Amino acid sequence: MKILVCLSNVPDTTSKITFTDNNTRFNNAGVQYIINPYDEIALAKAVELAEGGKGTVTVIHVGEADAEPTIRKALAVGADDAVRVNAFPRDAWFVANQIAAFAKAQQFDLILTGRESIDYNGVQVQGFLGELLAIPSVSIAKSLQINGEEITVEREIEGGKEVLAVSLPVVIGTAEGVAEPKIPNMRGIMTARTKPLQVIDAVEVPVLSKIVQYETPPARGAVKLISKEDIAQLVNLLHTEAKVI
Amino acid sequence: MSVLVYIEHVDGAFKKSALEAVSYAKEVGTLINQPVYALSIGEVAESELENIGTYGADKLITVNNAELKQFLNQAYASVIAEVATSVGADTVVLSNSFSGKGIAPRIAAKLNAALGDGAISLPQMSGDSWTIQKTAFSNKAIATEQLDGQKRVIALTPNSMEAKEHPTSMTIESYQPNLSPGDLSTVIKDIVRATNKVSLPEAEIVVSAGRGMKGPENWAMVEELANVLGAATACSKPVSDAGWRPHAEHVGQTGLAVTPKLYIAIGISGAIQHLAGVSASKTIVVINKDPEAPFFKVADYGIVGDAFEVLPQLIEAFKTYKNN
Ligand SMILES: Cc1cc2nc3c(=O)[nH]c(=O)nc-3n(C[C@H](O)[C@H](O)[C@H](O)COP(=O)(O)OP(=O)(O)OC[C@H]3O[C@@H](n4cnc5c(N)ncnc54)[C@H](O)[C@@H]3O)c2cc1C
Ligand SMILES: Nc1ncnc2c1ncn2[C@@H]1O[C@H](COP(=O)(O)O)[C@@H](O)[C@H]1O
Repeated sequence: MKILVCLSNVPDTTSKITFTDNNTRFNNAGVQYIINPYDEIALAKAVELAEGGKGTVTVIHVGEADAEPTIRKALAVGADDAVRVNAFPRDAWFVANQIAAFAKAQQFDLILTGRESIDYNGVQVQGFLGELLAIPSVSIAKSLQINGEEITVEREIEGGKEVLAVSLPVVIGTAEGVAEPKIPNMRGIMTARTKPLQVIDAVEVPVLSKIVQYETPPARGAVKLISKEDIAQLVNLLHTEAKVI
Repeated sequence: MSVLVYIEHVDGAFKKSALEAVSYAKEVGTLINQPVYALSIGEVAESELENIGTYGADKLITVNNAELKQFLNQAYASVIAEVATSVGADTVVLSNSFSGKGIAPRIAAKLNAALGDGAISLPQMSGDSWTIQKTAFSNKAIATEQLDGQKRVIALTPNSMEAKEHPTSMTIESYQPNLSPGDLSTVIKDIVRATNKVSLPEAEIVVSAGRGMKGPENWAMVEELANVLGAATACSKPVSDAGWRPHAEHVGQTGLAVTPKLYIAIGISGAIQHLAGVSASKTIVVINKDPEAPFFKVADYGIVGDAFEVLPQLIEAFKTYKNN
């Protein structure tokens, strides 16, 4: 089975989120980047499925050279080879078009993305990819099992789950429950250095949308502390002051 | 030209977020002086269908094929795009629900439209260029996104706009789509849904608890409080990681982002990754025995105390309130 895992390079979850250039651009000064946590799940699942010669795992990242440590980490976790599309990942539509352009010629059986990237939270790349490659896509998978040509996927729905049978090839966005993220071991780290990392040029994609301005949400006023001896007061304030009950 | 709004239902009943989407579409339609067409796919009761007129749709288009009884990602995206083209809709609105998130990009790609996902405000327009606001960086920022081009798909965040009544004399028409076999390849084997629970992404009130609850056996109190308030339950990441609660309840940067009117956090420290997913809630109440817990810094109301003492009293106080 040929598996492609799409990797997004995102600010560490403890990063302070600030903006520059008149609040039009994310300020990445001093920010640590990590593999998007959901993509670690996708990667772990792919490595598990390919284990013991049952398949190959290629990782792809659309981004600039400074993302290479993230790509090498994925190779250390167990991917066989990597591709970097050398371009600024300006939005999900652009990214999905790059991945689709690469994947078209390659006949992957399974394409995994994370459920969403924790920076732009689009949940878009996976649906765009499905459409661009004219194959099914499943968003927010909670489990994934393969039986020959058929895949059973549990998809998250409001208040429960839906069990789906899909056929290959397919694009699936993975969430918690699909696999436990893997930590690279020493051997993985050593071999990652020599695994192939191919850099390719981007294809042109028309701009349909762009973020023109960022704001940080308004700060809350100081907390009103209520004594635990006077809990009725909280109920009262929620009703009369906050007007939420 | 027109605005098309896709309305999602669960077992034949429209969701609250679907009504929000209709009301949003109506406001967009009013801004650009275009009629609003609502689209329902699958089997829905007549009275439910008629109710859509209450929220301002001029026409309701129903698609009710045997193959489309249940939500199928690809097929539904195809039908929505096809209907949009047939009614000349340049703007498609839908709810950014779990299913909505799955189809929105597919619809946008089919229509060659700009995708504005997770909108939290009405668009501002200047000719063909629209802007919407949405959250980014897991609620740590609000982004203004410009949607260029002649068409756009807007997925509305549940709970961000109210479903306003706007009664119109709505007509209902059925439509027969052209389905391709490729669109129907996915098979739904089972749907498991807790029918008695309030759905977390749409909930107006969320009662959430963390490691301070000590163990899964103590969640009865949390659930009781949620019951009294008609709230959904949620939890912090370590709680779902430990298997005390299902993953679907985990909120935060790497879990679900929620925007209820009221978020009650019990025994949760308020780590930055947790706050990322909940800080856009309108009102936040924190109950924690540690007065130094970081969560108090971003709360509106706080009680410093042991959850095991405070919760039973809080449940009683809300019961008394509800009974009056
Ligand atoms: C990459 C990454 C992503 C993450 N994503 C998320 C995420 O999406 N969501 C998330 O929640 N976390 C996330 N985390 C974890 C986060 O950093 C915190 O570890 C987590 O939120 C802590 O959970 P907690 O508040 O339940 O537990 P703790 O931090 O252990 O806090 C328990 C709190 O309960 C209080 N308490 C104890 N006993 C009582 C009592 N009897 N009565 C009242 N209060 C009591 C304590 O004072 C304490 O404040 C992430 C971490 C990383 C590294
Ligand atoms: N720059 C990128 N390069 C490769 N894959 C990406 C990139 N950005 C996002 N993805 C993939 O798409 C998923 C969803 O991202 P998004 O649609 O932005 O929420 C991520 O979890 C990744 O798997």
